[in-house]
Amino acid sequence: MEKKVIEIRGLKKSFGDNHVLRGVDLDLYKGENVVVLGKSGTGKSVLIKIVVGLLTQDEGSVIVLGKDVAKLKPRELNELRLKIGFSFQASALYDSMTVKENLEFPLVRNIKNLTRAERTKEVEEVLDAVGLMQTLNQMPSELSGGQRKRIGIARTLILKPEIMLYDEPTAGLDPITCMDINNLINQVRETYNTSSIIITHDLTCARDTGDRMAVLLDGVFGATGNFEEVFVGSDEERVKSFYDYNFITNEK
Amino acid sequence: MPENTTKNYFITPKIDSFFSGLASAFRFVKRFFKEVWFPPYEFQEVVRQCYQVGYNSLPLISLTGFIVGIVFTNQSRPSLSEFGAASWLPALIAIAIVRAMGPLVTALIAAGKVGSSIGAELGSMKVTEQIDAMEVSGTNPYKFLVVSRVLATTFMIPILVMYTDFVGLMGSFLSVNANEKVSLTTFFIQVFDALSFLDIISSVLKSILFGFTIGMVGCYKGWHSPKGTEGVGRAANGSVVMAMFLIFIEELLSLQIINFFRMP
Repeated sequence: MEKKVIEIRGLKKSFGDNHVLRGVDLDLYKGENVVVLGKSGTGKSVLIKIVVGLLTQDEGSVIVLGKDVAKLKPRELNELRLKIGFSFQASALYDSMTVKENLEFPLVRNIKNLTRAERTKEVEEVLDAVGLMQTLNQMPSELSGGQRKRIGIARTLILKPEIMLYDEPTAGLDPITCMDINNLINQVRETYNTSSIIITHDLTCARDTGDRMAVLLDGVFGATGNFEEVFVGSDEERVKSFYDYNFITNEK
Repeated sequence: MPENTTKNYFITPKIDSFFSGLASAFRFVKRFFKEVWFPPYEFQEVVRQCYQVGYNSLPLISLTGFIVGIVFTNQSRPSLSEFGAASWLPALIAIAIVRAMGPLVTALIAAGKVGSSIGAELGSMKVTEQIDAMEVSGTNPYKFLVVSRVLATTFMIPILVMYTDFVGLMGSFLSVNANEKVSLTTFFIQVFDALSFLDIISSVLKSILFGFTIGMVGCYKGWHSPKGTEGVGRAANGSVVMAMFLIFIEELLSLQIINFFRMP
């Protein structure tokens, strides 16, 4: 069996009286893509924000690459974060910087001995990987939604992470662009040998990118398995309705 | 039966919220003093912010300082002339501008221009998760965004105040010269005769405090901006209102302290 890169046990998180996660368990194996599905507000994004240390859990443990995230000192957490790529829902590109500067930012901050030429080479390499070489000197405001997503993913790839966390990678995009992003996620896994957690409520994205599905229902994983196991043969009404909404509604 | 939604508060919700806000602001300022001394130092970002704060504020500061100098001189002349003391005009203007008006006018303009821009920029970065993105890419966003901006305002406001003092005095000279035909040399001899070392040093120290306040308030409001586009507007507005309020309080307190040292 492949080695575990993320191991989550008994994870609980509340915001006031809102108990978002009520005991989540999840393993992510090397080279695997796990899709976490669920309705809006069920704590999907909270889960991956805890994984990367942006939020802290109330209870439970998150072990990433053998390290307990909650017990790490700031410097150790920063070192761990360099091995994790986080693609934000709204891309989170720095508005005041060009695409090139956005992509260079993690390099400049974390790898001090790179020459300017080496940095440019790295930037061009990831831009080429996402197919947006022509945007090098554009500002984020000049990019389309799909392009922003791609540049956001490129920025995370520049440090060659071992784990990718995608927060709603296809949210707000048209079906064709969604398909491009799904292909990009698969391409990233092949090229960079990453393991990924993909947060989405888009079943097409889940089917095209995920090896394993985990559906969040009332703060715990209500159904896990491959796409067919979870959705086609599911007896759980809420999982079935999720499937029906995504596919039957689209077919109409 | 409806669920009982009454919550326990220490005093009242509003007072509780006020004190928790105060505690949060205290922690924010404490973090600045903790982080400013240790590497990595963001020299490049500090220089970039100094340019934004200083150079970009020059046109507005120049115009305002110049007009304040002219208006204040013109308004003061009749009263002094009534007592036959029109020759004291340069001294009066120098004391007024250097001791109070220069620092206050500059700080209020900077609070409006720089403070609101810092609040809106950081608020927008918070709302669009750019601050989180910075954090996950191995950068300390507090150090990169807050420390650099607060240092920039703390360095640049005193320089802008000295510039405003100069421009204000030049405006005043034009007004005096138009009426009394005083030369520039005579005007500035009178100006420097009227000023003491305490006036200049207190003006600089006060400006450092104003600069720190403008930067810190702008960053705090932006950093704690509520989610959504409305949050960005509130952060910008809150930065200006709170910074101006604190500047007036600081002006009042510093006046008492300076007067204590001025006493024979």
